[in-house]
Amino acid sequence: MDLYNTRNVNKKCFLQGLRNGIPIGLGYLAVSFSLGIAAKNAGLNAVQSFLTSLLCNASAGEYAGFTLIAAGASYIEVAVMTLIVNARYLLMSCAMSQRMNPDTKLHHRLLMSFHVTDELFAIAIARPGYLNPFYSYGAVLSAAPCWALGTALGTIAGNILPLRLVSAFSVALYGMFLAVIIPPARKNKRIAGMIIVCFAASFAAAYLPIVSEISEGMRTILLTVIIAAAAAVLFPVSQSEDNGNEP
Amino acid sequence: MSRNTYIYILIMAVVTFAVRALPLTLIQKQIKNRFLQSFLYYVPYVTLAVMTFPAILHATQSPVSGLCALLIGILAAWLGANLFQVALSCCGIVLIVELIIPFFS
Repeated sequence: MDLYNTRNVNKKCFLQGLRNGIPIGLGYLAVSFSLGIAAKNAGLNAVQSFLTSLLCNASAGEYAGFTLIAAGASYIEVAVMTLIVNARYLLMSCAMSQRMNPDTKLHHRLLMSFHVTDELFAIAIARPGYLNPFYSYGAVLSAAPCWALGTALGTIAGNILPLRLVSAFSVALYGMFLAVIIPPARKNKRIAGMIIVCFAASFAAAYLPIVSEISEGMRTILLTVIIAAAAAVLFPVSQSEDNGNEP
Repeated sequence: MSRNTYIYILIMAVVTFAVRALPLTLIQKQIKNRFLQSFLYYVPYVTLAVMTFPAILHATQSPVSGLCALLIGILAAWLGANLFQVALSCCGIVLIVELIIPFFS
């Protein structure tokens, strides 16, 4: 009887996840299109960009990777960059680890890890109580194929579409980045100030002599580590504040 | 030396998965180190901000439309638009601005 109940709850969670993943998937379809254009610019074909999105499920991480591939960067550089840019997933995964039923099996933990993204993390963590793996599976099943499909379409149609439309779609990704960083900046003045510092520093680094000679990916790594460390020293975050501002 | 795209993809996939899987499988307790906590907290915002600007100025056909996309994106996100709406308004403004630009040059 107990086993029967658990299976029923899991099934319900799975269906809920499936449903809640649909709007996310639709958004993914549009945004990943511009990621596909970035992949095309890096010399990837549709199969390769599809594979990347299917395996990585990371907007900024994939974008950073494509930029490096385009620049012919070393494997090490790509690995370090992927690590740095996806560091926020480390944080989300940490947050999720605090919400897991201690009895959750290893294979569930591994499967849940596969698709920790801003949006799916947000809808999973917003539910009360322990995280149910089957809710995540449902949401992933709706959203993930859209992400991969949109990327492949972007790579293909980036060739066919008029330049004007490609130009417009290319900024969708930056729009998504802004949608992640601006709402917390509105609530928290320190984040707002930090973003202004980031923009200024990044702008300066792109045009100053010597610094601008460093590859774009490496500049992002250096700026991220320096600014985030400085912010951590100057404005340490308390645990409660941290939880309150998590997307 | 020419590099293999599939090895690039494999590296990205393995590192991305490791980043997500290690905490969830290994961490059973709360992180206590205040600096590490704060650093991890700020990293996403810094990375995304640094990657957005000035790169957005070069993503479009003209820096002017890129700048407009940045401003509209910030405004839309500030006013509470969701991810999809923000992305869409950025695309829309680029389309409009690049239609208008030829009349001024």
